[in-house]
Amino acid sequence: MASKLTNEAVIERIKGQFGSDILSAETPYDFLTIEVLTSKQHEIIEWLKKDEMLSISFLTNLGGVHYPEQAGREFAVVYHLQSMVNNFRLRLKIYVSKENPEVDSIVDLYVGANWMERETYDFFGITFKGHPNLVRILNEDSMDYFPMRKEYHLEDATREDKDDRFFGR
Amino acid sequence: MGKIEDLEVFNGEGYQLSRLDKVIAAARANSVWPLPFATSCCGIEYMGSMGSNYDVARFGMERMSFSPRQADLLIVAGTISKKLAPILKQVYEQMSEPKWVLSVGACASSGGIFDTYSVLQGIDRVIPVDVYVPGCPPRPEQIIDGIMKIHELVKHEGMRNRYSDEYKAKLDKYNIEVNGK
Amino acid sequence: MSTWEEEKIHDDATMESSLDTIDGSIATLNLGPTHPATHGIFQNILKVDGEKILSSEQTVGYIHRAFEKLAERRPYNQITTITDRLNYCSSPINNMGWHMTVEKLIGAEIPKRAQYMRVIIMELARISDHLVCNAVIGVDTGALTGFTYLFQQREKIYDLFEEVCGARLTTNMGRIGGFERDFSPAFNEKLKAFLRDFPAVFNEFDALLSRNRIFMDRTRGAGPISAERALEYSFVGPNLRAAGVDYDVRVMEPYSSYEDFDFEVPVGTTGDTYDRFQVRQEEIRQSLRIIEQALAKMPEGSYKADLPEFYLPPKEEVYNNMEALIYHFKIVMGETPIPAGEVYHSVEGGNGELGFYLISDGGRSPYRLQFRRPCFIYYQAYPEMITGSSISDAVLTLSSMNVIAGELDA
Repeated sequence: MASKLTNEAVIERIKGQFGSDILSAETPYDFLTIEVLTSKQHEIIEWLKKDEMLSISFLTNLGGVHYPEQAGREFAVVYHLQSMVNNFRLRLKIYVSKENPEVDSIVDLYVGANWMERETYDFFGITFKGHPNLVRILNEDSMDYFPMRKEYHLEDATREDKDDRFFGR
Repeated sequence: MGKIEDLEVFNGEGYQLSRLDKVIAAARANSVWPLPFATSCCGIEYMGSMGSNYDVARFGMERMSFSPRQADLLIVAGTISKKLAPILKQVYEQMSEPKWVLSVGACASSGGIFDTYSVLQGIDRVIPVDVYVPGCPPRPEQIIDGIMKIHELVKHEGMRNRYSDEYKAKLDKYNIEVNGK
Repeated sequence: MSTWEEEKIHDDATMESSLDTIDGSIATLNLGPTHPATHGIFQNILKVDGEKILSSEQTVGYIHRAFEKLAERRPYNQITTITDRLNYCSSPINNMGWHMTVEKLIGAEIPKRAQYMRVIIMELARISDHLVCNAVIGVDTGALTGFTYLFQQREKIYDLFEEVCGARLTTNMGRIGGFERDFSPAFNEKLKAFLRDFPAVFNEFDALLSRNRIFMDRTRGAGPISAERALEYSFVGPNLRAAGVDYDVRVMEPYSSYEDFDFEVPVGTTGDTYDRFQVRQEEIRQSLRIIEQALAKMPEGSYKADLPEFYLPPKEEVYNNMEALIYHFKIVMGETPIPAGEVYHSVEGGNGELGFYLISDGGRSPYRLQFRRPCFIYYQAYPEMITGSSISDAVLTLSSMNVIAGELDA
């Protein structure tokens, strides 16, 4: 089923509304990816949901990425949104720094973002302002580090029965 | 499966004479009630062994007990994470004697392919295990093979095993109290 | 309409007043991690007034196996074994979804025959997944016979998987570029026998439950959710279709030649347990239709794409040909020329849209691989769906949502 919107039409409309808040727009593998100002992310997602022409009103996925080399932009939060009416998908990225990894929560727009944001917090330590219950979800509550960050190992550091030499590590 | 070797029964007029421990062993081995602690993929293979193709009902085991007090055999099938380990230990402690543990699958036996920060590398770190069934997931025939080895253990259980000192020593290694003492 | 339905509480504003009970006693019940009827490991702490549920608090993560971190360690062809264990009732769909994601990243074209083979395998896996869910709904209402009938038919599907890849459950099927070998004549025979014999048994199961008075009374009105709420919770798959929204990734963004097949997408109305059951029943029938069409129209051609750098060469060539030996070495050691980039691909899994968000930096293993897991996202709605209903309805709702623990926690 073909999409009713083209990437060009969508990016034109978004830029028409928000202009310089859209820092970049690319189409890797024909999938519109925009990077926006972190402070405007909530407003943009809300406008996308309510706009008549776009009606991008379904949150597909929410996840984090850790880029330890990029100074000042270590953590990315990637939102995958889609419009079921127009059959169109959009990827929205924001970057935050390691010192202050705080992002506005979108739980008030999409109830399903609740657990997705908790998972991102559990794995990366990115805090979501306005989240009703930001605690760990998949890992143990007593865990004191954020395991998906690149500096931590996959294996449990305290295990003593497996000799790393034989396991190729 | 059910046949107890050297179970001699002398029949008389209105009475039968036999060895008590052999009769009790026959009764126990032919009606082990399992507690399926099925977590993940091995649980689906265990459910397959409950189906009619592989049928554990012929061993008298189709009555699954989810209450630990009424179960004899704890079948741990699937990955046990560190978050779940205290719960597994609690379930084991609540079971009444005599009890056996069957560890189904690679994840329960040793952590399997998941050598990660969140997976317990084998349930024998928290509870004593009697039989390990390797596989990822093991075929239902393998699970039944493990169950038959448990039956061998049940048949040779004896009457005083759970009161012995070496049993208490085994459980002390895991910091578990012996039930019914 | 029973009195339960009349008193169903969906509005948070009335929640406070509903906590005043007749004699002021609210019990806390732990629908604890070890469930009867083997659904999986997740905990719900319920506050109940008699039999009526007032609120529910969930804990998940009891089987968190760190798939996403594990994927950053492994080369691309070894990640298939991890994807198996996501929704393990229908693992071929996860495998094919992963292969398609990598093929999208490297820009590979897959021959038509391989695509049709993938469709057959994925639809068989979908049937297998829905059979588990519906059998377990039957078990939770007390109908254990249906379970034994359907699991015997699942053994036939396992036989088919074993013909193709050697494993029953965690199949690790296919490769980046197609399949390891063509379907054997034995597979075709078994598939035809399955298509001939399965509908009769399935219709027997349907006759047992679909219009059964007791089953309908138990499941109608149990755990409903409206379409608007479902979309807010990012529902997908049969749960969303039971609520009334006909969103199916196979129709919206066809992959692997799904546009060549003629099938319908069943949609429910109220989103309760009965609708979810019927949607899955109908989807099994539609999957059988797709398999028959694919088998009838199967094109001639190759079962694999020509990707020497990603697809292991045949052993005779490895032993005789220097180039094949080098390719074999590089693929096994994980030195494949994966380009850098990011791609998102989704397939219609047993529970809905299973998405793979892959960021590659050109290295041996992914930089970041995130699984968009439908179970994790829609299980959040469970407290809302059971508030106001009885405990037995809560158990039925849980089993009809088909929450697979492997996909929930990853």
